[in-house]
This record gives sequence, C-alpha cells and structure tokens, in this order.
Amino acid sequence: MTEIRMKVNGDVVALDVEPWVSLLDALRDRIGLTGPKKGCDQGACGACTVLDGGMRINSCLALAVQYDGHEITTIEGVDHPLQEAFVRHDGLQCGYCTPGQICSAIGMLAEHAAGQPSAVTGEAAVRRLSEPEVRERMSGNLCRCGAYNGIVDAIMDVAGEAGR
Amino acid sequence: MTTFAPPETRTPYVGRAVDRIDGAAKTHGEARFAAEHSYPGLAHAALVHSTIARGRITAIDTAAARAVPGVIEVLTHDNAPAMKPAKGGPLDLSSMVSGTSVNYLATDQVHWNGQPVAVVVAETQETARHAARLVRPAYEELPAAVDFAAEAPNAVPVKGNPIMQHGAEKGDAEAALAAAPVSVDLTFSTPALNHNAIEPHATTAVWNGDELTVHESTQSIAFLRRHLAKRFGVPEGNVRVLSPYVGGGFGGKGSVWAGTLLAVLAARATGRPVRLALTREAVYRTVGGRTPSTQRVALGADAHGRLTALIHTSVSHTSRIGGNAEPITAASRHLYAAPNILLRESSVQLDLLATTFMRAPGEAIGTFAIESAMDELAWRLGMDPIELRLANEPERDPVGGQEFSHRRLRELYAKGAELFGWHRRTEGMRDGRLLVGMGVATAYHPAMLWPASVTVRLAADGTVVVRCGMQEMGMGAATAQAQIAADELGVPLESVRVEYGDSDLPAAPMAAGSGQTASVAAAVVAACAKVKQAVLALARRAPASPLRGHRLADLQARDGGLHHAGGGQTYADILAAAGRDHVEGAIKQGMLGFVVGMLRERRRWVKAATGAHFCEVRVDPDTMEVRVARWLSVFDIGTVVNTRTAESQMRGGIVMGLGLALTEQTLIDPRNGRIVNPSLSEYHVPVHADVPRLEVHHLGDPDPTMPLGIVGVGEVGITGVAAAVGNAVRHATGRRVGDLPITLDKLM
Repeated sequence: MTEIRMKVNGDVVALDVEPWVSLLDALRDRIGLTGPKKGCDQGACGACTVLDGGMRINSCLALAVQYDGHEITTIEGVDHPLQEAFVRHDGLQCGYCTPGQICSAIGMLAEHAAGQPSAVTGEAAVRRLSEPEVRERMSGNLCRCGAYNGIVDAIMDVAGEAGR
Repeated sequence: MTTFAPPETRTPYVGRAVDRIDGAAKTHGEARFAAEHSYPGLAHAALVHSTIARGRITAIDTAAARAVPGVIEVLTHDNAPAMKPAKGGPLDLSSMVSGTSVNYLATDQVHWNGQPVAVVVAETQETARHAARLVRPAYEELPAAVDFAAEAPNAVPVKGNPIMQHGAEKGDAEAALAAAPVSVDLTFSTPALNHNAIEPHATTAVWNGDELTVHESTQSIAFLRRHLAKRFGVPEGNVRVLSPYVGGGFGGKGSVWAGTLLAVLAARATGRPVRLALTREAVYRTVGGRTPSTQRVALGADAHGRLTALIHTSVSHTSRIGGNAEPITAASRHLYAAPNILLRESSVQLDLLATTFMRAPGEAIGTFAIESAMDELAWRLGMDPIELRLANEPERDPVGGQEFSHRRLRELYAKGAELFGWHRRTEGMRDGRLLVGMGVATAYHPAMLWPASVTVRLAADGTVVVRCGMQEMGMGAATAQAQIAADELGVPLESVRVEYGDSDLPAAPMAAGSGQTASVAAAVVAACAKVKQAVLALARRAPASPLRGHRLADLQARDGGLHHAGGGQTYADILAAAGRDHVEGAIKQGMLGFVVGMLRERRRWVKAATGAHFCEVRVDPDTMEVRVARWLSVFDIGTVVNTRTAESQMRGGIVMGLGLALTEQTLIDPRNGRIVNPSLSEYHVPVHADVPRLEVHHLGDPDPTMPLGIVGVGEVGITGVAAAVGNAVRHATGRRVGDLPITLDKLM
C-alpha cells in the first residue's frame, strides 16, 4: 500500500492504494466519484477523461500513485458553460460518455487556446477553431449513441468568438 | 387494438424541441449507473472464460486463485449453487429473454469459446480480475463448427410464425428473372457485429434473506425481474430491478446474459452484495452480437425499370444454445411492387455464443443488400436510382396486399433530392484529386406496439406523477412521456414528474423494436383520460361547479383544469372542493389480448417508419480511403414528440450505420471460434472525425393508426445507411463492394 494525497475537485484526499490501482478506479471505487466512467479500461474510449491540473488525461491509463500531489478535476468538480450547452444542443443520449466528453472538451479548448496544433490540421488552423478541428481533437472520446453533431455544436457554441 | 385519431390541433408540448429532463444529472456526473451503487461489504466479481469452443471441463484448478489475499470465493461447476433452468410457457416472454439456454456453473459442458466457467469473488475489483487469470481449467475438446463461411451451405430455412415471418413467395420469381430483359444477380456479405454500448454490462446484486435487489443495466426491467425470480426460485414480488440509467443498449441489454445471473449467484453463494462490472472483453465473450450474413439479391426488370422479379435470400447463424435468426429479408417484403417475389431466410447453428438482436435486426443488414442491388440495377438500366425506386413504389403491400397506414416515400425522395442537390450528381465528379460520389437508399423499419401499464396521479397542488417502469437508455423516454401527459392534462411541463427504471412501478414493455414511446404513450393517454373522468365526476357532484352538466368530450384540458366555452375550473379547485388530495388513473395491459389484437391489425395494415438517405463520399484515388463528406436524410416517423431528442436518435442510427458501412466487424478465429478483437481499439466504431454534419428532416405527419400518430424512431435511422454509402462509393469509383465493411483493401 502506498499513501497518496491528491487535491480532487478542490478537496484534499488522502488514501492508501496498492500500486496497481488506476486513477480511475481510485476515483470511482475508493473516493466514490463515479462521474468518470469506465468504458474500456484501456484508453480506447475516453469515457474516463479527467483533468490533471487542467490537462485532459485518460484516468484508466493512469496509476493513482503517479498522481500523488496532483490536482484532479472530475465532472463532479466541473462548473462550465459546456454542461448547459450539451443539454441545449442534445450532445448526449444515454449520458455514459458525457462526463468524459465534457472534461475532454474543456482540456481541448485549453490546448487550442495555448496554440497546440492538432494532428491533421496543422499550425495554420490553430488560430481558428473550426468544426473539423473540433472533430479531430475530440476523436478520442467515443459516443456510441452517435451524439457527435450535438457535442460539436455545444463546443462551438461555448467556444464562440473566443475560439475563432 | 384501438385505432387512434390523429390530434386535431398541434398541442403545446408534443412536437417541440424540449431539453431532456435528465440532461443536467448526466452533464454533472450525478447520474448513477448500475456499477455505481455502493453497499457495506460490497464484493467484486470477475469471470473466467473458456478458451475452447466445445467440449467439457475435466478439471478446474482454483488453488492459485484462492491463495490470493482478498479472494472470498471461486465458484465453478464443482461448488456453485444450482440455478433453475431457463424454461417457460409459450407466452412467457421472460424465458425468451434468456440470452442462452446454458445453466451457468451447473454443468461441465462448454458451448462456446468465452463461456464463463468460473467466477472469482474478491474484496476489490483488481484482486478479482487478477485471481481470475490464475484459475486453470483443463478441457476435453470436441470438434466444433465455428466458421460461418464454411458452415453457411449447411443452413436450413427458418420457420416463420404469425409474429415474425421469415420468407414469402409470390408468383415464380426465378422464371421471371430468367425472362427479364434487364437483371442483376448479386451476392452480399456482412460481418458479425457487436453493440458496444459505452457502458459495459454491469450488475450489483444484493440479497436480503430471500429478497433480491439488482441494480442492472437493462432494456428489459419487467422480464428480467420475472426471469431472476424463476432462476433463483423466489416469488416475483421478492425481486426488485433498478435501472434508471442505462449507458446505451442497442439490443445488447435486452436479454439476460451470463454476467447478470452470475452476479446474483455469487451474491447468494457468498452472502455478500456483489458487483460484477464486465470488462469490455467480457462483454464480447458473454453478450451476443449481430449475426454475420451472406445474401443474394436478384432483380429482373423491363426496359422501363419496372421490376418483374425480386429475389432476396439470406443465411445467418444462431447457436446450438440459442440465438436470433435475423429477419434479413423483412424490408424486402414491403419495398417494391414486383409481381414475382421470392424471399427466403436460412440459418445454421454454430458452436458460438448465441446471436441476439442489434439495432434493426434484419433490416439494418437486409436493406444493405436490397438497396445496393436496386442501385446496381439503375446503373444497368441507365436510370436515375431515385426514379427507379419511384417507378416501383407500391400502392399496397407487395406480398400481403394490405393497405399502408402511412407511406410517403415519394415525398421523402422529392424533399431529400431538392435539399441535397441531387440534380448536381454527374459522372466523374471530383474535388481536387479526390473522387466524389453520391448515393441514395431507402430506410425502412416496421412500427411496433407492446402492452404497457402506467399510472397517472394528479395531486391537489396541480402536480402530476406518471409512473411506468420503462427504460431510459438515451431515447429521452421520460421527457417524451412528460410532454404527452402535460398536453393530455393541460398542465405545464414543469409540473409533470415521470418515475421510471424500477420494477416496483407498473410494468413497461422492454425497450425494443422502436416501440417504447408509442406503447407507453397509448397507456399515458388512456390513464390521463381516466384522471380527467375522475376529476369531472368529482366536479359534477359539487353544486357550484361550472362543469356540472358537461361531458368530458365537451371539455378542453388546459391551464391546469377543465374548460368549456362558457367557463371552467382548475383541478386544484375541484380536488379542494371535493376534499381529495389526489386522483389517479391506472392502465394495466396484459400480453395475451394484446397479441391477439396485434395479429388482427396486421391483417389490415402495414405500418412502418421510412426514410430516404442521401450520402456524398470522397474517395482518395491513391489509398482508396472512403470518407463520408455530406449526409442528409428525410424520415417519415409519424408524429415527432420531441424534435430535439428524436433528431438525436435519427442521427444516432445513421452514425451506427456509418460504422456498419465502413469500419465495424467482429473478427472470429475460424479455427477455434474465439473473438480476436474484443476491444474498442480493434473494433472500430465511428469517432467524431468520421461523422460529418448529419442533416435530418422529418415530415411530422401523424400515422392515423398509431397512438398519437407516433411511429418509433430508434431503429429506422440505421437501415439503408450502408447501402447509401456503398452506392456513393460505386458512383465515385465504379466499384461495387458487396462485402461490409467497405475498407480500402476492397477498393484497391
């Protein structure tokens, strides 16, 4: 067992975990924050996306012990216009991928604002957040209900002029 | 069954875009799914899967697993308490929801590669999964039939029944085909597919003496409850199934699969609350998917494109331990006015996991074949593919001769062609170096209704509670029923609360066949009528009531009460005057009378949701990679209750269809029947970048034979999509790919 301390959604959490426990399982099973979801447990679906100091990560691929001293934000700690925009644009159906989509979108908007290029659209596109750019940058978050159009609309709505 | 009159006026809430009422819970992480309920002493379970397709377990060594600190129990066929077998009478649909006939852990027999042969229960999930890998079964292996392609010639015709037909014959289609001046005769194949709801199946099971509470991710609350009561030998009233949030289903959560039963079994054996959250791999190994298929479509036509022969035959597979013989030719029965029609479905039993229904079973893959063949015939005739379809649009059902309750395919194509710019389609279209192609296809899914029970309670403060144990897996079920109840009673939407997802509530049908919304709507409308009748009865007893002397038919429910031209009274006033704190209307429907009514109706009407898909692709001439660039669909789904959530469902079906067309396949090792890509990294569902803007339209006309005019929308979206993509690829490249998915190697 290893004792770790993290700040989770603003609260300091101390916990003893075995070294093999993923950050996702620590959040869900040990801390009781079930907002981050487990869809694949191997980094393929993005449902477990949380923010590590504002950066989006797949918490199922992260070992909890590596995040000792980090600041983690799960959907429960998010207070962002995207949440309302997702409802308004129906960027969800069953809701299982939704926490990951929202956390991922917050991280993605920060990456874009910081000038990070995406894989396909290159540096020329960094200034303006287009729909294809959002689709590319959000492609690590699967939605089997197929709410992709609504998710992109919600993100574009919130990004607004700031993103262009 | 009643014939429902269409609503005369556009009502206030039905037909609007309304935010889903569980939206905020889902966007704030407050929605708790089946694996997210904690109990004191909760233990975690993990499955051990067989690694052979067929045979028996000769020994199973659990010593190493038991030695892991934190392991509570390892259950195998040597020590597990027996469940009762899954049997029931012909009208007991709870036995039909048995995913397989296997009595897990009561037998040493192995029926498929991946069958659970042991369950490890441990203090933590990580421990259970680690220990599961240490269980060592030994097998005596038997020869197994697992290669669909090799076994397909052994398929036998599927027998139909009054509810599900599996073939049809009209005239002499083979002779007409041979005599036709223009014809096509094509073969198609579609792969095995898995639902891949993003929430893996999960069960949290808690026994309290002989009482069982199960948090489950299910599309079938009422059947699951009855099924569990039977399998575990307790009265149905002792079982409570809670399933308020279901993280996607698509048919995969309709039946009862091993994980659910084994979680309940493990909880009983250990005396602990047990959670069994399947790994993604375990979902593939224990929850059935869609059958692969081979299909033949042969069409004969005269020189003007009038069909003289339509032949559609299919081969699917089931399993020796159960499965769903998909009605693959079902849509071909209703689409085209050919004088000679031959439809035949065959199936072969394999030593694989039982197949099951997946979004539009039959139509999703059957429309790929028939709608691709129609497109090829159009090429052969030198005819526009829309014109060819319209030239063969039937006036009555081509096989049964019934009337269509509602058929607007001409309108759908006209509207779609205009909005999409179909007239711009020419040969040799290019966008820079990319090849461009446009394709169309028809979408078709039958309209279904099931019995549903609800209660509607109107309180003296004007609030309304609708109670129905229906399933919400993203369709917006509660939102739609709240809209309907608000309209029927004439109260604000905000004052209606819908309780659902709990077997203690009046029983709903399973969420299947795109039938839940219309089925529950019929019961909600009837229950609201009872409420209004009861309220009116109270008012008429009050000497001062302005409603005295009036009948319900003269009154309008609006502004929180009942009104006529000369006056009215609020519900609150009526109930207060009568000294009542609430009135309630209850509707209870049983299966038997319902089925009889349904069969009678089927002799009169053919009812369906239909659509016209328009697709534009870009194909890279060097890599032959296909990208869908533009999409437009026009649907006829009767009354649209909530335009926002209905459009989401239409798009969702199309997205799953794009996966069917271009990327999805479950790969099975033909040597041993093992699924080799049981993961979301190797089974490719569409991602954001694969999905362009999907423009969807709907006519919004009510179907006069359906409750409130509603035809379901859950499945029609996926039908026809793969054909529209394939037809666009044919236009762009000149190549017809009949073998899904259309991956670039098939175009090289």
